[in-house]
Amino acid sequence: MSAPGPAAELSIETKGLTKRFGQQLAVDDVDLAVPKGAVFGFLGPNGSGKTTTIRLLLGLAAATGGSMRVLGEEMPGKLHDVLPRVGALVEGPAFYPFLSGAANLRRMDAADPYGSASTRHARVQSALERVGLTHAADKKVRAYSLGMKQRLGIANALLGPRELLVLDEPTNGLDPQGTREVRSLVRSLAADGATVFVSSHLLAEVEQICTHAAIMSAGRLVAQGTLAELRGAGQAWIRVLTPDPGAAAHVLTGLGLAVILSPDGGAPPGGVRPGTPAGRDAVLVATRRADRQTAAPGEFAGAGEPVAPEAMVAALVAAGVRVRGFATEQASLEDRFVALTGEGFDVVQ
Amino acid sequence: MTGGLLASELGLLFRRRRTWAMLCALAAIPILIAVAVRVSSAVPAGRGPAFLDRITQNGLFVGVTAMVVSVPLFLPLTVGVVAGDTIAGEAGQGTLRYLLVAPAGRIRLLLVKYGGAAVFVVVAPLVVALAGAGIGAALFPVGPVTLLSGDRIGTGEALARLLLIAAYLALSLLGLSAIGLFISTLTDVPVGAMAATVVLSVVSQVLDALPQLDWLHPWLFSHYWLDFGDLLRQPVSWESFAANAVLQGGYVAVFGALAYGRFITKDVLS
Ligand SMILES: Nc1ncnc2c1ncn2[C@@H]1O[C@H](COP(=O)(O)OP(=O)(O)OP(=O)(O)O)[C@@H](O)[C@H]1O
Ligand SMILES: [Mg+2]
Repeated sequence: MSAPGPAAELSIETKGLTKRFGQQLAVDDVDLAVPKGAVFGFLGPNGSGKTTTIRLLLGLAAATGGSMRVLGEEMPGKLHDVLPRVGALVEGPAFYPFLSGAANLRRMDAADPYGSASTRHARVQSALERVGLTHAADKKVRAYSLGMKQRLGIANALLGPRELLVLDEPTNGLDPQGTREVRSLVRSLAADGATVFVSSHLLAEVEQICTHAAIMSAGRLVAQGTLAELRGAGQAWIRVLTPDPGAAAHVLTGLGLAVILSPDGGAPPGGVRPGTPAGRDAVLVATRRADRQTAAPGEFAGAGEPVAPEAMVAALVAAGVRVRGFATEQASLEDRFVALTGEGFDVVQ
Repeated sequence: MTGGLLASELGLLFRRRRTWAMLCALAAIPILIAVAVRVSSAVPAGRGPAFLDRITQNGLFVGVTAMVVSVPLFLPLTVGVVAGDTIAGEAGQGTLRYLLVAPAGRIRLLLVKYGGAAVFVVVAPLVVALAGAGIGAALFPVGPVTLLSGDRIGTGEALARLLLIAAYLALSLLGLSAIGLFISTLTDVPVGAMAATVVLSVVSQVLDALPQLDWLHPWLFSHYWLDFGDLLRQPVSWESFAANAVLQGGYVAVFGALAYGRFITKDVLS
């Protein structure tokens, strides 16, 4: 975990945030720390409390316990100072079906006490342009497709200059083109210095756009950090298929790697499901040692210098080990996600 | 900047087809009355709604008669729809969360919503009065009016009295709007809030008709609804107007406070 900076450098900070619905803890003792300028992926299976957390952060619902700071201000006390600086998409878009897209945005902008009427038209136009809805601006929202509504919802979050964007499943219902556009939009917002807090259960999407992420499970925050930390940047390993496990283990240990002889081909914790070893060959899994977690991905730190995979193969071959298979593997976010939230299909209550 | 939001609210209200449908329905009441009177033979005095028998002599009475007819149900119905929809409609649609995140501010939004309902409350009786005066003038002679006190006033002043009655009805419905606003903060289902508001207006009138509940009558928000006859005397007697204003003010204060108390702490989960 990267050391959390002083409060001023966090865009969102919660301590022990809790929300109870009757018996159920929808959000349970959550300590979020979203650094300023981050693109923060907020992950979790259905019903894990993502949207509820977002509602608490935006002052839509009152927390049962805990404290929050958003953009450095105490919430919900400073709600009216903070919210004009925040753009949000919460649990899908919602609009007046009998108004056009542009009229809907004007309505929402009129609700913002800082949304100046003189610049309204221009801001609405540019927000529509950013999401590619200029041509549908005068169409009634009733006649919008799901993806068009989603785009309009994102446009609504972009009506003013925002320091923080809270986007709850922004790519829901979008076509591949729209998904790409949202990704590039998020990147451009981040490039402008905004913090983007984006909830999703699309891991691939989060891996592509986020710098940081947190994982929720059944209301609890089970992991949080930079993407590399979450994947376990150290969690890379090599897999060697050989009929000479003893000699191979000796060589690899000599290179400073921790070696597991894995008759069932088992991967390290959180690792990928292994394939079946061929014939009676043994599978050796060697991981970077815990004290050498700083090597760049693709390199395996030994006791001394980092060792490149090709050097390992050379060393094994030089020692007469019959190498029948050699692979370098790295945990993906999905492995981590499944390891933390469970694989079952049932929603955790 | 609340003016901007109020303007937007009114734009929203009066751009809805539903609002226009209700106003058209209200305008249809005097038209139906006038046409019915026109095509039928003379109405015997003392039968039908108050003032009905005077229509053939003076078209302006179409407006008065139509207002008498619409007070018990039609006006409360439309006001119930608008007031019940205020918060619950936004909540049911999901736009409430975006208004609050914008941030509209809960108090500001509540005030604007009540303001919108209040404007409708002014417009609705006005539509009845003007449609009545219009159709009355088209189908019947218009001229000086004999008041309940026996005095005669000119057409211009008669029109002013008609508008005064419309204003009286607007005032009368402010309390009901506040009740509707409060009920609207209790639910995310607008139809439920509308129905509850309309039902309450009927219940209040039923209670007002039971002599056994004499003591309760002055406290019922519908108690003075039909007491606008005082405005048809010379000089105008303002007694019921004042009593009504105090009563409605009380309802607005109480139910406004309840709506505030409820809405300010409400979890917006829709
Ligand atoms: N209004 C409510 N009343 C009672 N329980 C609720 C309410 N809203 C949410 N919950 C419960 O809180 C938990 C978290 O719900 P939430 O909507 O935050 O999940 P989520 O992570 O956003 O899920 P999804 O990925 O499906 O959007 C769920 O178990 C849900 O049943
Ligand atoms: Mg959700």
